[in-house]
Amino acid sequence: MSNSSRLMVQQQDEVTIVDFLDRSILDEGSIQQIGDEVQELINRAAVPKLLINFENVDHLSSAALGMLITINNRVRAKDGQLKLANISGQIFEVFSITKLDKLFQIHETVEQARAKFK
Amino acid sequence: MAPVPAEDRLVLESRLQEIARAEETVLAAAADHGFDESECFAIRLSLEEALTNAIKHGNRFQQDKRVELTYRVDNERLEITVTDQGGGFTPNQVPDPTLDENLERPSGRGIMLMRAFMTEVAFSADGQSVTMIKQRGFH
Repeated sequence: MSNSSRLMVQQQDEVTIVDFLDRSILDEGSIQQIGDEVQELINRAAVPKLLINFENVDHLSSAALGMLITINNRVRAKDGQLKLANISGQIFEVFSITKLDKLFQIHETVEQARAKFK
Repeated sequence: MAPVPAEDRLVLESRLQEIARAEETVLAAAADHGFDESECFAIRLSLEEALTNAIKHGNRFQQDKRVELTYRVDNERLEITVTDQGGGFTPNQVPDPTLDENLERPSGRGIMLMRAFMTEVAFSADGQSVTMIKQRGFH
């Protein structure tokens, strides 16, 4: 497994914005690594405010959905907030078929998502 | 578009690292036969789910077990069968992941995605094989 990061992380005020560097988030090895990196970000924040940008993502598997659910549970356990942005086309279909568009707060753009943090 | 149907049989070890190669082979054949980007998205996702299930839940990563993938594609349809050597399972016993009480469970969505993105999905009676069909032009 590569030691290089699979995420690009920016801090804007209290909000941590995470971009995936992989276009495909399919295989469990990559997903585990992404999950571990995001977990580190959650650990560092007293009350995490996390925004995940899907702009670069072309493919997503059920294992990736599982990783996002785990992240969501951990953010909420610290009274934090998780928002997702830029989920379009067939990637959005993956969320809507599984009804996870109800579980996650999904916004069209990063700017719109940022504005919704409390 | 390729005028002649293509078919092949691949045998995979029970390691998740084997999946990418199999996906590339099937996707290249599908693209050669005119399957578009959105259809290829559906095929890649469904194959990922079927092969992950076969390696992880079927063969349980056991090195002495193999996963067999056969496919046949022409300009109308792609048919894929994935067979593992595990104990099989009953698809109807997989809990509905969209129920409120299951929505926060991190697993159990693969079969639902396969059924949504492919034209037909059928499991063998012994639960060791899944056959998936993608018809061109049905979105």
